[in-house]
Amino acid sequence: MAAYKRPKSLKEMPTAYCPGCLHALATRLVADVIGELGQESNAVNVISVGCSALNLYSWAGDDIGAAHGRAPAVATGIKRCMPDRLVFTYQGDGDLAAIGLAEIMSAANRGENFTVIFANNQTYGMTGGQMAPTTLIGQKSTTTPFGRDALSTGYPMQMCELISVLKAPAFVARYALNTPKGVMDAKKGIKKAFQYQLEGKGFTFIELLTNCPTNWGMSPLKTFEYMETNTIPYFKPGIFKDVEVQE
Amino acid sequence: MEKRFMKGCEAIAEAAVRGGCRFFAGYPITPQNEIPEYLSWRLPEVGGSFVQGESEVASINMVYGAAATGTRALTSSSGPGISLKAEGISYLASAQLPAVIVNISRGGPGLGSIQPAQSDYLQATKALGHGGFRTMVFAPATLQEAVDLTYNAWEYAERDRNPVLILMDGCLGAIMEEVELPEMKELTYKNTESWDISKRNGREESHMITPILPEAMLEKLNAYKGMTYKMWEKNDVKVEEYLLDDAEYVVVAYGIAARVAKEAINTLREEGCKVGMIRPITLYPFPKASLDKLDYTAVKGIIDIEMTIPAQMRDDIELQVKGRCPVYEYGRSGGILLDDEGVYEAISAIVKGGNQ
Repeated sequence: MAAYKRPKSLKEMPTAYCPGCLHALATRLVADVIGELGQESNAVNVISVGCSALNLYSWAGDDIGAAHGRAPAVATGIKRCMPDRLVFTYQGDGDLAAIGLAEIMSAANRGENFTVIFANNQTYGMTGGQMAPTTLIGQKSTTTPFGRDALSTGYPMQMCELISVLKAPAFVARYALNTPKGVMDAKKGIKKAFQYQLEGKGFTFIELLTNCPTNWGMSPLKTFEYMETNTIPYFKPGIFKDVEVQE
Repeated sequence: MEKRFMKGCEAIAEAAVRGGCRFFAGYPITPQNEIPEYLSWRLPEVGGSFVQGESEVASINMVYGAAATGTRALTSSSGPGISLKAEGISYLASAQLPAVIVNISRGGPGLGSIQPAQSDYLQATKALGHGGFRTMVFAPATLQEAVDLTYNAWEYAERDRNPVLILMDGCLGAIMEEVELPEMKELTYKNTESWDISKRNGREESHMITPILPEAMLEKLNAYKGMTYKMWEKNDVKVEEYLLDDAEYVVVAYGIAARVAKEAINTLREEGCKVGMIRPITLYPFPKASLDKLDYTAVKGIIDIEMTIPAQMRDDIELQVKGRCPVYEYGRSGGILLDDEGVYEAISAIVKGGNQ
């Protein structure tokens, strides 16, 4: 019987995430894959601002905190100087798709050889649930109390679609973490992204659809249903770009 | 020692490489473009990396990442771009990362003008970013001094685990002078291995580089930084004191302004006027003692000359003069250069006529 153990990349402490938050699962998946690849001491976690910053204290490997939205720039500096290290950013949707839009698009366009793990929960969790660039039309937030309105706030930003039109990225994929199948697929995708990086194939981007029971104001199980009926139809899971398949 | 006739921006770029710089990220802005242009081909020659960032903001954060690996990292810009880097510089200070930032300054505020000015003194010395931190600020007046200060800037940055700023105006960036280039530094060991995220090399414990800290640790860090600034004042002040022994009037000027002022002082000395000069080379730590120890029974006035209006260094001067003599100021602004005649006449009017 396989023992279900804590991955070495996570400290022996509870995560700081709210109960039912899929951030914890996303972090766990990344740590598991790093373990399977034997990269625990080689990985560098570039941690961003938002709920993802909570990983600063629970991540057991080398890590560095980046300014809001700037993780891809920080990762660029690290990877250019230390090309043999496995470098990844862990960013939320406010960080990556609003304040950090220039940094993510430019790093992707340069084909920087690191991996971006993008947790998309359609809200600014840490600051209390304001509208994110990914908040769905009609979805309520503390700054769209009557639901997001496309006329005044535009439409939810689809990052995989945007990044996959660039020439340089090697692997771009989106997974939803609300079902066991989604979780298993996500793990495979993360592994592929890290392997591509280790092989020097270039920029890899993994979007993980997550939830926010606290700020969506739902029980964790309800958030899974909401994801199935609202999030997934708009943010369609799938592999948007794979340099191996195109060749 | 190798002598070369070089342009200011290129001279400091070469000095940086010889001082061990192996990473540069920057964004085009006049009048500093020759620095990235030079390093775009020079750094790959020595195994370093050059990245043209998508913005000043991204560039300083690339430097933040590079510095975290223990690589000697540089970025350069001019006033408007330094404002954009302010966030990242504050993060460098908070995460205790060494890096060197060059400001080839121009007219401000706003987009200002692309012509040279000394309009960033307050930004450089008081608030290079949010949160209340300081960096050493080097202000060379000649290209040789710029080369020497740049060459050794990382020694200070790594010693203090704090960014260092080199503040030059667009004149010094653009002029050509003969410089003696120091030897390429052979870095036989890294000063940074006890904390950086370079190769693990069998290191057991992991390293965390963080710009956010629990309150009690942040207070401790700030207190430690406060002690570091005191040590700078004690050990690291660089200043040129020129003809002060019998001086009745003392000019205070740095960088290009000091060069122009020195010409005027030499002319006035020939006319029998007892004028001297204090030239801060470190704007922070400010050479307080040079001003404090003047014999105010003999000194009749201090004249602050800067290529900016109003003078920005004046507050620092007056804190040391403590009302013991009048402080005058003269400057040009907006990218209009100080010239020999204007500076001579301004000093002359004060010295000969007590004119304010």
